[in-house]
Amino acid sequence: MLTKVFRKFRVLPFAVLLVLATGLPVMAGLFEDAVGKFANDEFSDTEEAIGAIATSGNPLAYPIISALQDGRLMADPDTKKVYVTEPDGKSIDATTGAPVAGVPDSAAAVRLNNRLRRTVEAALGGLTLLSPDPAKRIQAAQSVFKTHDATMLPVIDGALQKETNKGAKLAFTEARAAILLFKEDATDAEKLEAIATIKARGDQEALALLTGLSGDQPPAIARAAANATSTIQSSLAMWSAVQNAWYGLSLGSVLLLAAIGLAITFGVMGVINMAHGEMVMIGAYVTFVVQETIRTSFPGLFDYSLLMAVPLAFIVAGAIGILIERSIIRFLYGRPLETLLATWGLSLVLQQAVRTMFGPTNREVGNPSWMSGAFELGQITITYNRLWILCFTLAVFAILLVMLRYTALGLEMRAVTQNRRMAASMGIATSRVDALTFGLGSGIAGIAGVALSQIDNVSPNLGQSYIIDSFMVVVFGGVGNLWGTLVGAFTLGIANKFLEPVAGAVLGKIAILVLIILFIQKRPRGLFALKGRAVEA
Amino acid sequence: MLTRLTDDIAPPLSRRRWLAVTAGLALGLAALTTAKAADDTIKVGVLHSLSGTMAISETTLKDTILFLIDEQNKKGGVLGKKLEAVVVDPASNWPLFAEKARELITKDKVSVVFGCWTSVSRKSVLPVFKELNSILFYPVQYEGEESERNVFYTGAAPNQQAIPAVDYLMKDEKVKRWVLAGTDYVYPRTTNKILEAYLKSKGVKQEDIMINYTPFGHSDWQTIVADIKKFGSTGKKTAVVSTINGDANVPFYKELGNQGVKATDIPVVAFSVGEEELAGIDTKPLLGHLAAWNYFQSIKTPENEKFIKAWQAYTKNPKRVTNDPMEAHVIGFEMWVKAVEKAKSVDADKVIDALPGIEAKNLTGGTSKMLPNHHITKPVFIGEIKANGQFDVVWKTPGLAAGDAWSKELDGSKDLIGDWVGKKCGNYNTKTSKCGGQGS
Repeated sequence: MLTKVFRKFRVLPFAVLLVLATGLPVMAGLFEDAVGKFANDEFSDTEEAIGAIATSGNPLAYPIISALQDGRLMADPDTKKVYVTEPDGKSIDATTGAPVAGVPDSAAAVRLNNRLRRTVEAALGGLTLLSPDPAKRIQAAQSVFKTHDATMLPVIDGALQKETNKGAKLAFTEARAAILLFKEDATDAEKLEAIATIKARGDQEALALLTGLSGDQPPAIARAAANATSTIQSSLAMWSAVQNAWYGLSLGSVLLLAAIGLAITFGVMGVINMAHGEMVMIGAYVTFVVQETIRTSFPGLFDYSLLMAVPLAFIVAGAIGILIERSIIRFLYGRPLETLLATWGLSLVLQQAVRTMFGPTNREVGNPSWMSGAFELGQITITYNRLWILCFTLAVFAILLVMLRYTALGLEMRAVTQNRRMAASMGIATSRVDALTFGLGSGIAGIAGVALSQIDNVSPNLGQSYIIDSFMVVVFGGVGNLWGTLVGAFTLGIANKFLEPVAGAVLGKIAILVLIILFIQKRPRGLFALKGRAVEA
Repeated sequence: MLTRLTDDIAPPLSRRRWLAVTAGLALGLAALTTAKAADDTIKVGVLHSLSGTMAISETTLKDTILFLIDEQNKKGGVLGKKLEAVVVDPASNWPLFAEKARELITKDKVSVVFGCWTSVSRKSVLPVFKELNSILFYPVQYEGEESERNVFYTGAAPNQQAIPAVDYLMKDEKVKRWVLAGTDYVYPRTTNKILEAYLKSKGVKQEDIMINYTPFGHSDWQTIVADIKKFGSTGKKTAVVSTINGDANVPFYKELGNQGVKATDIPVVAFSVGEEELAGIDTKPLLGHLAAWNYFQSIKTPENEKFIKAWQAYTKNPKRVTNDPMEAHVIGFEMWVKAVEKAKSVDADKVIDALPGIEAKNLTGGTSKMLPNHHITKPVFIGEIKANGQFDVVWKTPGLAAGDAWSKELDGSKDLIGDWVGKKCGNYNTKTSKCGGQGS
């Protein structure tokens, strides 16, 4: 009977308060019964157990429920014993809190489904509103904001008075406003103030809260709510344009990264290199191998895996590039059709070789901690992996530019591609420069593979999905011009992301292709055409 | 005699398997070796892509059939003859599927073909199997709206996967708003049409359904995930029903994880994501997202544990996962063996007539049965993704669900049934009592 009452979470905070206020010790037997239910492996029993434990006031409640959330709560179906394993590997008995030597092998983690996970979150929210960690308090307040459960009001009020942290204070104020807005007996003045607070928050959730308000409000409040709704909507519309621009930049950076190597092999050297995508793929597989080695031998270095993979991918892909140039492409200079066929065949050979070595299925490349997650900037979400890829792309571009401009090799490369015979008569070993240029382009494609392994599949088909886009960017930007590639990639990225919400992903892509075809009709040499005699050569 | 025979067959088989990797060469050799192989073997065609986009999924199915043939031969083969696999590589190229199917049936004289993954490849080989009167076992969940005399569908029809999954979300998760996201081709489009009709019949309004299609291999999911987040923040419980296929899933799930879309807020239920696909992703951020299948590797039954053990020993990889289409091949293969033994012949007409009514144990503790519409009965499971890349079953159908060839939700097909036993017709209209109509 009692458990039935506690099943409803609305009474939870009340019960917590009651227990705290009166200091009534909850009967020990009840708590133990509840913990024992975890061993039944039934979702309904687990739910009852969470309710009973959360309201028991027992100091073990928080460790048990947070262990449940992280999959660290182990239950033995045979002995009906329940254990909490701490993140540091130590274990305690869940009913007594006494340390135990080890969890028996027959024990398995208590299973959760989505409904229970929400119950756990709610229970933890109740338990963490007064947590010493401000981040946890903010999280708890956010979940109250969403549920706007009126029974939470006294707890929130109490917490608000003691709160010193600025962020947590704001979160509590907003949670309080959400509760008051939906509270039947709140005064009009309170409700108007609540609407003002929610309006100031101004995000999607605030909007959801306001639109969820029932229709039968006094006119003043209904007007204020409608007013706040339209203000939030127009500010969100502006933010969504900012968001599209950011997504466009991010897509542009991926396009640029994939195309930048091709801008050297195709753009500077004029080799129609269909195997370019496979160099990207090889870079991604190098990342996989590096991560595997780190996982098995030096797990502590995992966060640095990408930094190690970058030079390795450059060397491996670059070496393969030089090998290809020496063994195939150098015999085909000036014969674009044969080059196209040979490199296309080569791309199939490389794909199948990788498929044989690593298997046809995707390989897991993990994201280091600094590449995972996101942060909020105003009303838009920026994911770290996209942000880092944008920075990385710009860095690679800058280094390449500097290299071509200020190093001896860069000078030789430009000389050879502009006028091969003149360069040769000046004593430049043109065939060596050819090999190094192709190696450089391939190496950069390999570096791109390291970054792309973070957002895409690492499978033998990885390269295929980028080859068309890469050619598109180089041709659109203007062959032989690195700046053209940069501008081309970002233009295409941003155009794509502004078209996508309107036309959908499929039509958006088609529209971009049509636009490029029309553009090339008008300017066959792309955005930044090279001028002068070099073009004719 | 028998030992000499196996000695004869074993080397070319293993040689061919090794060569399958260098596709082109293998084909020539396969033709050569099969031509010289003895007449007292029964040939089994394997038509799965070993290169190209679909190799990621289909290579495993090729290995599955080779494994099953190996096991069957250890038990003495079928009708006293050994089975011999003929493997071809249609290279994820749909017209090539038809060519290779023709080659298998006319040149290699196979008695049965196990193959295809995508619906386009199945549609491409259909006329060949009809014309040359052979048998195809198709092991993948598909959009339904088809029942052919020469094809046996061992994967799930929409009423064995999509509809139960939506029912689960509606009842257990109280979902009110739906995002139907899919790759832009026939399976997601038809499935979403069926789901949309089904949702509307349950009182879901048009503005609470968002449909979104993306191209094959789509990798930039930022906008779509942001749209889903926005669609799901109106206060009504929202879920995503994903028919996104193949490679596009990994970046989709990565983006979901990074943008912080948690299963407790907006659960994603997928029909094309299994153990094999999850092997390429870090699944910790995906905890609690769902998949609907007729089989999960994590299901604890003696049959399943025995199968997984034998499979991992055969592939010499203790981490090799199993998945739903593999189980479909296991069931289909056993049904074919039983039908051949019942018909005492490998003649296509006799086996086709023998197959309906044949029962075979599935790996989840039940017995599946081949129905007159050439679909089978299967249990339906809903699983939640766990941190180790496996699924935890949170719901299942009480018994086995019978596969409907024709969806009851669509106007064009609700009166049609497939019945190759009584009516000898794949699209019999129960209203007009005539054979024919849509799909003929």
